[in-house]
Amino acid sequence: MLSADFVIATAVAYVGLLFVLAYFGDRRAKANEKSWLNSPAVYTLSISVYCTSWTFYGAVGNAARSGLEFLTIYLGPTLVFVGWYFLLRRLVRISHLHRITSVADLLSSRFGKSSRLGVLVTCIAVVGIAPYIALQLKAVTSSIQAVAGSSEFGQGSLKGIDDVGLAFGVAAGMALFTILFGTRHVDAKEQHHGVVAAIAFEAVVKLTALVAVGVFVVYIGGGFEGIFSRAVEMGLSVDTSTSFDSRWFTTLGLSIAAIVCLPRQFQVTVVENSNEDHLRVAGWAFPAYMMAMSVFILPIATYGLTVMPEGSNPDMFALTLPLAAGQNGLALFAFIGGFSSATSMIILESIALSIMVSNHIIMPLVLKFSANRHNGDGQGVSRMLLIARRISIGLILSLGFFYFFFTRDSNALAPIGLISFTAIAQFFPALLAAIFWRDASLKAVTAAIATGFVIWAWCCFLPSFDSVSPAVSVLLAEGPWGISWLRPEAMFGRDGWDPLAHAAFWSLTINVLVLVLGSLITTPSALERIQATAFVDVFRRRGLPQRVFVPGSATANDLYFVAERVLGEKRAAALFEMVARERGIDPVMIEPTPEFVGQLERELAGSIGAASAHVMLSKVVAGADVSLEEMMQMADETQQAIEYSQRLEKTSEELRLTAQKLEDANTQLRELDSQKDEFLSQVSHEVRTPMTSIRSFSEILLEPGELDDAQRQRFVSTIHHESLRLTKLLDEILDLSALERGERSWQNVPVDAEEALSRALSVCDALLRQKGFKVEFGERVGTTMVEGDADRLCQVFINLISNAVKYNDAAQPRLRVTSMLRGGSYIVDVADNGPGIPKAERTLIFEKFARGVRGAVDQTGAGLGLAISRQIVARMNGTLELAQGSLPGACFRLKLPVLGRR
Amino acid sequence: MRTLGGFLAVDILIAEDEPSILESLDFILRRAGWSIGSVTDGEAVLDGVRRLRPRMLVLDVMLPKRSGFDVLKQIRADAEMRSLPVLILTAKGQQQDRRIAEDLGADGFVTKPYSNAEVVGAVRQLLGDDAGPA
Repeated sequence: MLSADFVIATAVAYVGLLFVLAYFGDRRAKANEKSWLNSPAVYTLSISVYCTSWTFYGAVGNAARSGLEFLTIYLGPTLVFVGWYFLLRRLVRISHLHRITSVADLLSSRFGKSSRLGVLVTCIAVVGIAPYIALQLKAVTSSIQAVAGSSEFGQGSLKGIDDVGLAFGVAAGMALFTILFGTRHVDAKEQHHGVVAAIAFEAVVKLTALVAVGVFVVYIGGGFEGIFSRAVEMGLSVDTSTSFDSRWFTTLGLSIAAIVCLPRQFQVTVVENSNEDHLRVAGWAFPAYMMAMSVFILPIATYGLTVMPEGSNPDMFALTLPLAAGQNGLALFAFIGGFSSATSMIILESIALSIMVSNHIIMPLVLKFSANRHNGDGQGVSRMLLIARRISIGLILSLGFFYFFFTRDSNALAPIGLISFTAIAQFFPALLAAIFWRDASLKAVTAAIATGFVIWAWCCFLPSFDSVSPAVSVLLAEGPWGISWLRPEAMFGRDGWDPLAHAAFWSLTINVLVLVLGSLITTPSALERIQATAFVDVFRRRGLPQRVFVPGSATANDLYFVAERVLGEKRAAALFEMVARERGIDPVMIEPTPEFVGQLERELAGSIGAASAHVMLSKVVAGADVSLEEMMQMADETQQAIEYSQRLEKTSEELRLTAQKLEDANTQLRELDSQKDEFLSQVSHEVRTPMTSIRSFSEILLEPGELDDAQRQRFVSTIHHESLRLTKLLDEILDLSALERGERSWQNVPVDAEEALSRALSVCDALLRQKGFKVEFGERVGTTMVEGDADRLCQVFINLISNAVKYNDAAQPRLRVTSMLRGGSYIVDVADNGPGIPKAERTLIFEKFARGVRGAVDQTGAGLGLAISRQIVARMNGTLELAQGSLPGACFRLKLPVLGRR
Repeated sequence: MRTLGGFLAVDILIAEDEPSILESLDFILRRAGWSIGSVTDGEAVLDGVRRLRPRMLVLDVMLPKRSGFDVLKQIRADAEMRSLPVLILTAKGQQQDRRIAEDLGADGFVTKPYSNAEVVGAVRQLLGDDAGPA
């Protein structure tokens, strides 16, 4: 046995060591951003603040009483860190972006920066955590009693002090220590590097202590096998009858919610996180830490049950086993380990809770009542915050102490912790909805959490006073006013359930139901929707949503004043200087742009919470007169104006395009019109020419006398000839006009093209011979079938041949006709040794009324022949063009697709 | 029938490419008592004027190789031929052609198909003599 004084002195000395560690940790972190304090290892160790004295002492007791149930408390967090990495990462990202300081701040910020939700969550957290803090006080008290031994209890400085007094002393000491530790300054991000360093150190101490005890137990118990086989001999076995029952799954679920929602876990995992990548390491390292913590729990519990006397407290096996073996040193180390787990929990939990209380309850009150006198106190808000937090810490530990006081007769540690877990789990549905469900609304979440809390208080919190209050016992047995279906541990007649599973089931089921149904029937406000998008889509879009402030109503001076009140003169000045430097201007010249106000709001949120920061800046920037609704309306109107002008722009653009099209069509029409004029003028000319001869000679013939018979004969014959020419011309014009419209006066049928060519040659034979032409034949193909009309094809060949005759003024005129098959095409070349066609006219000659400028020997054509021929060939899916011929003159090439040879 | 050879001056030089029209003009003007020379394309006109020294020129607009308007422009630009009276013949009856002809300095303008009397009257007016038959 150790002396009580010695034990207490050791504990105090240990706390002193922690304080020194925290102090230097803080200085080191401030001096060097990249110190080892910012490493993933320290981060992971600080997360293991999850393992409290409940784990250290309670898990052994739990294992001794209920077998494998203790495992769920480790399994839940493991599942979250390994399987739900993305959830944690999302939380960390959101919290960094929005300077979130706590669970209450997260929910309040997400649901429209609601102060009321913040207050509700804070109150529930403070009340819900009280049993948990009581658990730590009880553990420390019991451990001091156990290690100092009840026989010596009356001695030394502890003389005349019972366990309540001892617990009170512990609570007071913790309060003092936490105040010294955690509220030395108010930080923008609420990160406490010094505290985290101390917590990490404690994590190492408690693990080492438990492992040391475990190794010792296994050593004296003759190895794992020895311990378990002795237990079997004594008829002891690990009780697995309740494994995997409803309670087992309930504690598993609760621990999943707790690792995320517990204020201290949120603080270390999310708020104190300085680098998202640290989560990766923690993802495997933290589960590994918990595994190491749990490895020796069963051996210690089993060995304790076999060797310790009947009726000894299994929660204290870790201390009493070494003491029973006379290992006082090891017992003291184990005590320090347990002490470490308790102190680290109390320190961090009360810091986290005090931040919530000061930001969500005290700060809004201060803002409300100090609105009219914001002169003079430069450091006011900053100092006020610190005082508020110190008072909060006192309050929180007092609550824990009172809970301990009222329930001190209850024996086991673990059930007390689970009461807190159930309370904190009420935040979990809301937290999931906050970061994953856009439609979750403030009203629904508030109602859900409140309902869940009331059911928890009724079914879980109240029954824990069973042993101390006869009234509660009656209530438990008979229900309020004798209504049996409202009995706290048998709601709606659900008798015989495990009380914890019962409470968790009803509170969480109704919580979730209210949240889902409520969100479906209520409409979120504008600010809620903005925040919902910012939270749910945190990985989808960069940057923060546009803040809704009316610009221009505040000066940089006003803003500086606010910043100075909250952040203190030094940090406010630093912030303004930094912004000014970024923009390259003088700090006095900073414009209160929405971006700047948004940035300032986030900085302030880090100190006083999102809701308070928003209220505070709104007062200064917008004045109290402009409500958010009006702001949104203005934004809507602006949006509408923008849309309207965009629509107008679009309409006028369409009009412009239409006008452009009209103009194009007009130009085309004018072009067509002028083409038509040109055509008519050409036709007129072509018609007037034969008409001139006809009229003139008719007049000559009509005049009396003077003409001999030969003359008369000649003139009549000219008139006849010109009339025919006129008729032919009109026929050609109509023909061409029809062809140009795409009409075809014939059916395309398979015809022998070669036969048509031979016929044309024989028709022209007389003409050729008369003009003294020498006709040469090049290559000739045999019968070749094409799609077309034999007469029309013949007409084209005649046109080509007669052109060659008409324009050829060579002394020894020659004509060369070739037909061949090339690549599936039937090709006919008609070449002559005439003057050829000058380059300038090569495209012109296929136009209507174009006649070779060099002049034809016989100038009787209207210049429509080639135009018609080309149209005819086109209607047979062929082409007619000029080619490089074998003779010096022109060469026309006709090309038609071949159908097949017969 | 055509006055060729170049040594004998003619009263009228006709520039017309349509053979039958040329024949009719030749017939009616000769019948009216004037001596006639003729060319059938634009390029031959100036040469013909120099060679035959006609008292006037009957000029078709749509001539091969060089248009009547081109020829008229050249004549009016030539110091020797500037004062030669020119009667324009055209089958394109538009106002536009008439205006161009006037701008270029044509002395008369007759649209095809013409009446023989119209041509003879216009020629007589330009030649300023009453030698021909009524």
